[in-house]
Amino acid sequence: MNITESDIEKIAQLAHLEITDEERKMFAPQISEIVTYVEQLNAIDTSVVEPALGGLTPEGERTESSRRDEIQPSLGQKVALEQAPDPASGHFRVPKVLG
Amino acid sequence: MESISQLTDLIARGETSARATVEAALDRAETLNESLNAFLAIDREGAVKRAEEIDAGQSAGETSLHGVPIAIKDNICVRGMQTSCGSRILGPYQPPYNATAIDRLLQAGAIVIGKTNCDEFAMGSSNENSAFGPVRNPWDTSRVPGGSSGGSAAAVAAGIVPVALGSDTGGSVRQPASLCGVIGLKPTYGRVSRYGLVAFGSSLDQIGVFARNATDAALVLQTIAGRDPHDATTADVPVPNYADALKSDINGMRIGVSRALLGEGLDAEVRAAIEKAIDAYKDLGAEIVDVDLPHAKYAIAVYYIIATAEASSNLARYDGVRYGFRAEEAPALRDMYRKTRDEGFGPEVKRRIMLGTYVLSAGYYDAYYLKAQKVRMLLRQDFANAFARCDAVVTPTSPTPAFKFGEKVDDPLAMYLNDVYTVTANLAGVPGISVPCGLSSEGLPIGMQLLGPYWSEANLLRLTHAYQTAHPFEGTPKIHA
Repeated sequence: MNITESDIEKIAQLAHLEITDEERKMFAPQISEIVTYVEQLNAIDTSVVEPALGGLTPEGERTESSRRDEIQPSLGQKVALEQAPDPASGHFRVPKVLG
Repeated sequence: MESISQLTDLIARGETSARATVEAALDRAETLNESLNAFLAIDREGAVKRAEEIDAGQSAGETSLHGVPIAIKDNICVRGMQTSCGSRILGPYQPPYNATAIDRLLQAGAIVIGKTNCDEFAMGSSNENSAFGPVRNPWDTSRVPGGSSGGSAAAVAAGIVPVALGSDTGGSVRQPASLCGVIGLKPTYGRVSRYGLVAFGSSLDQIGVFARNATDAALVLQTIAGRDPHDATTADVPVPNYADALKSDINGMRIGVSRALLGEGLDAEVRAAIEKAIDAYKDLGAEIVDVDLPHAKYAIAVYYIIATAEASSNLARYDGVRYGFRAEEAPALRDMYRKTRDEGFGPEVKRRIMLGTYVLSAGYYDAYYLKAQKVRMLLRQDFANAFARCDAVVTPTSPTPAFKFGEKVDDPLAMYLNDVYTVTANLAGVPGISVPCGLSSEGLPIGMQLLGPYWSEANLLRLTHAYQTAHPFEGTPKIHA
């Protein structure tokens, strides 16, 4: 599959990435080549194969991982906000949503 | 350099102290970092303080890692230290909690001396994708240490620490171990908690161990393995005594060889070293059987769909809101996200996020992502069939010894093909270990990989121990303490 520069722009939009003209020119042939490479999978007949649904082993799938619905200790507001670029009055402040 | 048991014995007998041991490791780390760039942060103050507490008996007494210095890849959270993942987007981030593996190591008496350099978000096979410059290979500083856990591999190879932790999503522990001449163990998916490991490909990621001998690797795995309520993907499977497993011989064990994996694209010297290792196992009483992994040749294609898809989703959280770096001068929220991610991520991370976004996007999901998950299932069946006939499969870890900086950096697909032998274990969820098995004519380490059925780490360590006892790895890197 040939991925064009305008495809790259669309993908970047979906991924919330701003990319430069230079990056667009670099990524288009590289991602085309990788996508063409992975398309070799089309040669395999998978019509009767169930897809894998993650990485779990059979033992992992059998492991009970639910717990009682009880309150557990957590970070708390102060600690959770300590690393924020722009905390304000107990919140994460962000630029205006509608530009 | 001493093994873990030698170190803990010396400390227990009072011939040295945790403080002296840790200060020596810190000195080596600081001195060698000028040539290796293996550490992104060295915590002298914290490590010495902890060593003093251990010497004063304020930590639990006789513990398995009492006073042992350890290095941790900078994508595993250690409270009070940075976690950068080799990226600018995490800015000055300091996690407010320890990864479960770290809590368990600390409880066993280990002392974290620093955080090691890696490819950004563990994406790379050469360390050239670190935002803070690459780690250099201690055997030849013009060559890559492998990736992504290159800093941890180099720190162990150079004799800075006896053991280190890395993470392995497609070979990021085993491949740098191979290129740096140390042991690298990737456990079964669900053996070690991923809580506190920064997520890349959640169905593939496992924390792994670097060591110089099987006994040390066994001790560290013993400490970090097991169920953790904080990670629902850890399995309720008893953790065996790994050190005990090393005591028995390997007579009668069956080792599988896939001839197809020793063909095209493999360096002749690597092939010769693997053939020699296979003969060595025969001499040790193992039975060699032919196995076939017919879908292994598709593993890179499957991996680069699934790993990038999971990464595109996992890395969506880096948006400049809750922690880490935020770009300045963005008038509206959407611009802030885009600018932050533009300035914060390097080119390989962007490439993978975009590839993952593409294969998951409307109209392409079935053709790429679903198809890859089906072939992943076929690969799992290949391994199940192979392990019905043998206890472990031996392959090279990497198709070549360490390559030069810049050699593959402009050709992402060529770089991805380095992972041809390692990605299969992550896709199938099985454990794998890389073991040094020789030096090339240029004096560079060559590693063999042993892959086993789920939960067979004890057998893999036993096979490693038997091989290393009969064939100790000769040679010392140029850069060495």
